[in-house]
Amino acid sequence: MGKLHEVSETDLDAIEIGAAILGTGGGGNPYIGKLRCRLQLQQGRRIKVIPIDELSDDALVVSLGGIGAPVVGVEKIEQGEECLRAVRALEDNLGCKVDALISSEIGGANSMEPMLTAAQAAIPVVDGDGMGRAFPEMQMCTWSIYGHQSTPSAMADEKGNIVIIKNTRDEVWVETLARANVVAMGAAAGIAMAPMKGSYVKKVAIKNTITQALSLGNSVLKAQHNNTDPIAAVLTHEDGRLLMTGKIVDLERHLKGGFAVGHIFLQGFGDFSNDKGQIDIQNEFLVFHRNNQVEICVPDLIVVLDVDTGLPITTEMLRYGQRVAVLALPCDDLLRTPEALKVVGPEAFGYPDIIFTPMPSSKNKKEKK
Amino acid sequence: MYRIGIDVGGTNTDAVIMQGDKILAGVKSPTTEDVMSGVVDSLKKVLTETDVKKSTVTAVMIGTTHFTNAVVERRSLSLTAAVRLCLPAAQCLPPMVDWPEDIKQAIGGHYWMADGGNEFDGREISSLNNNQLTNIADEIGNLGIDSIALCSVFSPVNDSMEKEAMAIMKKRLPKANFTLSSEIGRLGILERENAAIMNASLRKLSSHTVGAFGEALKSVGLTCPYYVTQNDGTLMSAKFVQEYPVLTFASGPTNSMRGASFLTGEKNAIVIDVGGTSTDVGALVNGFPRPASTSVDVGGVRTNFRMPDVYSIALGGGTVISSDDPITIGPRSVGYRIHQDGLLFGGETLTATDVAVGLDIANIGNPEPAKKLGVEKLQTIKSKIDEMIINAAERMRVSSDPIPVLAVGGGSILIPDTVGELPVVKPNHFAVANAVGAAIGQISGEVDRIFSLASMSREDALEIARKEATQKAIAAGAKPDSIEMLDQEDVPLAYLPGNATRIRLKVVGDLNG
Repeated sequence: MGKLHEVSETDLDAIEIGAAILGTGGGGNPYIGKLRCRLQLQQGRRIKVIPIDELSDDALVVSLGGIGAPVVGVEKIEQGEECLRAVRALEDNLGCKVDALISSEIGGANSMEPMLTAAQAAIPVVDGDGMGRAFPEMQMCTWSIYGHQSTPSAMADEKGNIVIIKNTRDEVWVETLARANVVAMGAAAGIAMAPMKGSYVKKVAIKNTITQALSLGNSVLKAQHNNTDPIAAVLTHEDGRLLMTGKIVDLERHLKGGFAVGHIFLQGFGDFSNDKGQIDIQNEFLVFHRNNQVEICVPDLIVVLDVDTGLPITTEMLRYGQRVAVLALPCDDLLRTPEALKVVGPEAFGYPDIIFTPMPSSKNKKEKK
Repeated sequence: MYRIGIDVGGTNTDAVIMQGDKILAGVKSPTTEDVMSGVVDSLKKVLTETDVKKSTVTAVMIGTTHFTNAVVERRSLSLTAAVRLCLPAAQCLPPMVDWPEDIKQAIGGHYWMADGGNEFDGREISSLNNNQLTNIADEIGNLGIDSIALCSVFSPVNDSMEKEAMAIMKKRLPKANFTLSSEIGRLGILERENAAIMNASLRKLSSHTVGAFGEALKSVGLTCPYYVTQNDGTLMSAKFVQEYPVLTFASGPTNSMRGASFLTGEKNAIVIDVGGTSTDVGALVNGFPRPASTSVDVGGVRTNFRMPDVYSIALGGGTVISSDDPITIGPRSVGYRIHQDGLLFGGETLTATDVAVGLDIANIGNPEPAKKLGVEKLQTIKSKIDEMIINAAERMRVSSDPIPVLAVGGGSILIPDTVGELPVVKPNHFAVANAVGAAIGQISGEVDRIFSLASMSREDALEIARKEATQKAIAAGAKPDSIEMLDQEDVPLAYLPGNATRIRLKVVGDLNG
């Protein structure tokens, strides 16, 4: 596959599926974003993509995404230019123009938002992101993990309100202030943050993740079309491992600190009929246990798919009795360093006793060569 | 005291008469083009088979796919105006943005977006604008449209803006009918708005159809009230279904599953309904169909109705079989032409029913042509059919508990005595399970909205929701002392402080009288 320079209308369907898989249960539903991107293309705008290695070292790149609650995102749809206004506000604050946008997280709805704004602003979106998946908080972006300040940041809502966040003590404060502000804004806003130089983006961004979401989604669509196994297609594409096929036999979800936390319990079937599985949730799927032993945990990806269609099931869609396939996909090496694990490893999610053991992956090694 | 259940299907219109829990008679008549004469025929037939006096029939319950088919076939739909109260939010995706072009055209594709809408916590996005709504009403009037769908942001949390906007617009459009999205759907504005728009476009057809149902009853001398079943197996009054025809979507599979549950007394089971062309497999949980978890398309339009989770395979009594190696089963079916084309009726085509007859599993028609294939061949084919049924049933199982499989529908002779290790129950009256399901429909009340648990406990919130749902059920005609909880679910809303939680809760009760 050649390098991706532009996203077409048909690409959007595949990116929707790929991004939802990489969302590991969270990140919000990309469907609405897909419809919005499609309208932009139908109105004659274009979604230009710039591969990371073609980015100029001096380019000014801004991390972009929607912030809020997924359930609000499907009810109070955006006015349409929230993220664009946030970018313009940041430009005003910096006194210079932004050259390219990059997604804060490829997993879920934030795969679409930067493409949409890129089309509106007629600037390219970088083929990469700050997570390679979805995480619940903003300091979990690689640019924050590797020492870049997210400020100044600009938030915009549908009413025209703009809030600039700057001079914060640390990255957690950015998240705290942004979170309080988004609630005031009605639990949905666009946020432009972490203005970076192209040279820094090249070092810390997770690379080629729009391409990855696109070709991952295409592999599922192709399998569905050819009546071959879509789960196998995902595993092959991502160098993943099938953890279990199982039925959801119990489901607990409750609120803790503003997040949806809970557990799913699975009774295996097929090759796994002797296994009992458990997945711990905090917006995303965090930890997979087999017969009471931890087997996979963050930052590696735990993905739950409908066993027949291969389509991703988000934490909000989980239901008692669903028949699912649980997959483990290796995260990017940038999330496996000691600095990264401090922020996105099991301890950061309240599991001090779990030691992250990276799942074996030929993918990361291959990419390095 | 008697009740009559009617199922208007694609091929047959079935009717049953019940006295309490007893089924006195069940009949089938062909469904007719105008629907109504088929209903009249089956009513006459079932009344003649029993000596029930018409004056002692207390209620007639009707299950129909009429409105689903209208949407799927894009016929009899009215020009409709969609009005969304949202500005400045939600303007990036206008109403009907993801509809297929042909259905958008069938209803005119007219929409307006206006000030209004609420935030998740009840604050206003903007206030309603009286002048703006009056102007919109005038534009709608000038286009000659009198079916209107109103949808406001977060109306499942606060429906006052939809109601107020209707009052303002009614002053200019006194004869128009209004559908409020808050009365139909749940959170998820596009899906809820879609349902409201489809509902508005069906309002004239529903007035006509419900009126015709009434005429049909009157013409056979029945003066009792009648009800129509909705997608979760509960009943709507004639007046209610006139206003909310979309709620009948997917009532067919629901009635067949509920009927199977009633006929066998099983509350937790797999239900396999074998028709002429296809087999529907569903799961019963506590006597009600398990709902599907994903959004469901109706005629290409995305909705978030609570539809039963049904898995369909192309296997029925008329399924065409090729006995040459490799043996193939379907997907083609001779359907209702089995009476001409099936070997057992002197035709040329080997069907699934022939295989059953050839193996002496069923006793209809002439088994000899099928027997010529030899027992060994027939058994090989039958075991392939069994495998299809077992796989479909296994797909719908929710636990390793050995729950029974309930076999219903005209083609259920194809179902083996055990499905995997699960025992199979074939009840009496299995062929009219749908009409039985309609006859036993219950009355429901539902609540789906966001509660802030900052100032109350989860238990308090559930209690408020239970009371609201119970009041709704009683208002709809349920016996207060029969009301029980059908479904309860609470989903915490990620990222929102103040412990915002979405509670969905539904109660059901027996019909009064």
